[in-house]
Amino acid sequence: MSEHAIIDVPPHSAADEAEHAGVHDPNLHHSPEEIKREVRVYLIVFVALAALTAVTVASFYALKSYPVGVAISVALIIALVKGSLVAGYFMHLLTEKKLIYAVLILTVFFFAVLIWGPWLHHSSPFN
Amino acid sequence: MDAHAHAAEHEIEIPYNVYPRPDTGLYNGKLGIWLFLASEVMLFGALFSSYILLRTGSVNWPRGYTFLNIPLATANTFILIASSVTVVLAWANLRLGNLKLGRIFIAITIACALLFLVNKGIEYHHEFVEGRSPATNNFMALYFTLTGLHGLHVIGGIVVFAYMAGPGAKMWHQDRNRYTNRIEIAGLYWHFVDLVWIFLFPTLYLL
Amino acid sequence: MAQRRQLRVGKEWMYAGDAEKLLREAMRIQEEEDGRHGGHKQSFIRKYIFSIDHKWIGIQYGMTALCFLLFGFSLMLLMRLQLGWPGHAFSLLKVLGESRAPGGILLPEAYNQLGAMHGTIMVFLAIVPLAVGAFGNYLVPLMIGAPDMAFPRLNMASYWMYLPGGLVMLASFAATGGTAQSGWTSYPPLSDIATEGQTWWLVGMIFLITSSLLGSVNFIVTIIQLRAKGMTWMRLPFFVWAQFVTSFLLLLAFPPLEAAGVLQLMDRVAHTSFFLPSGLVVSGTKLAVAGGGNPLLWQHLFWFLAHPEVYVLILPAMGIIGEIIANNTRKPLWGYKSLVGAVTFLGFMSFVVWAHHMFMTGMGTVISAFFQTTTMIISIPSVIILTALLMSLWGGSIRFNVPMLFALAFLPMFGIGGLTGLPLGLAATDIHLHDTYYVIGHFHYVVAPGTIFAMFAGIYYWFPKITGKRMNEFLGKVHFWGSFVAINGIFMPMFAQGLAGVSRRLYDGGLQYHHAKEIAAATNPFMSMSAWTLLVFQAPFIVNFFWSMAFGKKAEANFWHATTLEWAATTSPPLAHGNFAVIPVVHRGPYEYSTPEYTEADYLPQHHVIGAPPATSGGGMLTAAAVAQREA
Repeated sequence: MSEHAIIDVPPHSAADEAEHAGVHDPNLHHSPEEIKREVRVYLIVFVALAALTAVTVASFYALKSYPVGVAISVALIIALVKGSLVAGYFMHLLTEKKLIYAVLILTVFFFAVLIWGPWLHHSSPFN
Repeated sequence: MDAHAHAAEHEIEIPYNVYPRPDTGLYNGKLGIWLFLASEVMLFGALFSSYILLRTGSVNWPRGYTFLNIPLATANTFILIASSVTVVLAWANLRLGNLKLGRIFIAITIACALLFLVNKGIEYHHEFVEGRSPATNNFMALYFTLTGLHGLHVIGGIVVFAYMAGPGAKMWHQDRNRYTNRIEIAGLYWHFVDLVWIFLFPTLYLL
Repeated sequence: MAQRRQLRVGKEWMYAGDAEKLLREAMRIQEEEDGRHGGHKQSFIRKYIFSIDHKWIGIQYGMTALCFLLFGFSLMLLMRLQLGWPGHAFSLLKVLGESRAPGGILLPEAYNQLGAMHGTIMVFLAIVPLAVGAFGNYLVPLMIGAPDMAFPRLNMASYWMYLPGGLVMLASFAATGGTAQSGWTSYPPLSDIATEGQTWWLVGMIFLITSSLLGSVNFIVTIIQLRAKGMTWMRLPFFVWAQFVTSFLLLLAFPPLEAAGVLQLMDRVAHTSFFLPSGLVVSGTKLAVAGGGNPLLWQHLFWFLAHPEVYVLILPAMGIIGEIIANNTRKPLWGYKSLVGAVTFLGFMSFVVWAHHMFMTGMGTVISAFFQTTTMIISIPSVIILTALLMSLWGGSIRFNVPMLFALAFLPMFGIGGLTGLPLGLAATDIHLHDTYYVIGHFHYVVAPGTIFAMFAGIYYWFPKITGKRMNEFLGKVHFWGSFVAINGIFMPMFAQGLAGVSRRLYDGGLQYHHAKEIAAATNPFMSMSAWTLLVFQAPFIVNFFWSMAFGKKAEANFWHATTLEWAATTSPPLAHGNFAVIPVVHRGPYEYSTPEYTEADYLPQHHVIGAPPATSGGGMLTAAAVAQREA
């Protein structure tokens, strides 16, 4: 046996697996046209976000005379829309994998418990 | 053998660091950052919960819009959204193989973030000059704590981006995909920071 | 019939013995080459201080946590001197200094400091780092067939957040006015106005929470992404499932406490009033703060974490017990699917029961009913898990070795702990029992003869894998029996005390109560003596632990003849670099003990290729490496 006898065991690296399986990260292997199309979408979203920010501030002034509950609801709804745009497009949640959705749905549920739990605890009719 | 290969030799090769695992469709860092962001949702959620509890339980809740600088905060909102766009543009350029443009966009992101912090500093200074501090009342306490914690997250983002655009860019030459993934992950974090501000802004300044 | 089996390794066919020799030679050459490439032999600091190897990090966590465990225990031993013989001077107490124990008599403030820090250290510095940081870190990658954790450097970072956090906690003893003394629960307004030590406590907690967070991300990604080929979800050892759920609890429940800690820091340092109501008067002086705060806000945020935290304390323990029971009954765990379903459901429910710690805060009946209901529901998965573990004993071929003794004791002890939780979870009975010694008895039964016994079981069980040596059985049995008797002596009387109305956190142990002073006087000295007896019986363990590490008899790689990968597919200790000579491929579930079709042994490892030679002392590397085999 020579000093550098090598035992040739079957390859088992992830890169090999990926190549052999023909799987590639969709984020890394898009064509330049696809990426340019994505960029266009990002810019549209940016404009939408800027517009919605302006709407937020405008509605604040417009709703001054209304009860504060209305202002809160409107502000929250606009914020949710903006947030969804950021999450959906910039964070590419719209094309994300099931596992990420699962983690986020779980988190959103506990987030809701955290927001409403203490509040409900102290507000009538629960008191 | 060159020095990088030496170093790599002794690092254990962790599967799915760069290429996704077939059944989950994710690479490790992507899953990791989303989990971290989930915990951040709970962190800021706890603070929003505190805000709700303290405000609904109070008799005289000061209205931020009566003394806070809404135009400046609105500008800051635009700045942060713009920085989110520059991050995705950086990432897109890296995927197109253009390191130079990628680094430029990261630099613009950092510039926006720094501008955001400068504006915040101006705001804080204004409050102190007017005699308002966290100890003044619970609204101010929440204002400083919420924006302060958010600001710390902005600083964290700046540090990460500065490293990735600077010394960290060496990784591009070792493993292009790994570098691009890192920018994607940092970008996800940054978008989350933007997202928090999208909710903070109306909550503190407009309601 | 002399059949000589041959294995194909790579492209060559060779006899098993030759193949094994070749593999060892290759490994030796590789290690030599690693050392020969000048400058790449790892420095001491890289290898032992800032290691990124999950096994060494696990050992770091374990050694640190065990030190904190002993320290936390000794705080309680000092407290029990005061409780057993109130007002009596003990020269031992003089170590606390004149400000805390003048003339050897413990002052009430010092008693409170010991109490708050005992709880804090045991929960955050000892049990969780041991159960998750040590056992989890060391074993999870091995059990799933991974070369390391998904993020080795993040792993190192989380240990190096834990240690400073712990040191900050220890340093708080030197603060002016002493360390934290508002209970481990740090309720405001008391904690808001407490002495400097409380600020240190908060800073320490922020380090510890960060450490936890980094760790939990690592665990979840590792378990999802790095399972070896063939290691499907339902083939995972129960221990891994337990760690997986635990990590989700840490990930999502800790941040609210971090937020609360920041708010309390702001109250103390920046003079905010998050938790300070208006009009608070302290020692006759009106507190100069804005007011308008809510002390209950702290309680909500604290218990939002602290309830899931108790499941963090018990789930890894259940995982350890599951592994040890399967192994020492030589049969599969009963109800694997129920165990998995129960542990997942338990984790989920743990987020919606927290206010059962707040029944006495004036909550309304509707909210109270909600939390009582969820609390009763959460007892169901706990019972399912305990039942499955108990049923696993039925028909088993039980080996009464030291790990199994601790595991068997765990079952009734956890049973007592769990059952005594029921009257606490129902508001009507909780009115009487809240904040009494009944509560202390309840949770200590779950954590002390519960979790800590599971920790001991795990140490005795995996010691041969981690060190390659055997622990002494006799000393182990002495440790077990002495601890078992003593620990019940400490905690059983607490239920009686609580029912009689003795409050928690009382400096005199209940003597001030007219209605409870007899029972207090009757039980406290006995409990204190039991506590010190428990200390004595840790000596055989400590001696055994260190002596065996140095001089213990060599243990074969699969010492317990177990089926899971950490035993069957690695050397003892596992290879420093990458754990496995060849990453195993999994073919079956984790508990194929006494499988009828497989007659060559009473255990069938998860990765074993049937027909290949049984695992050699090389830890089954060869069976992992064998791609095919034929008869000569």
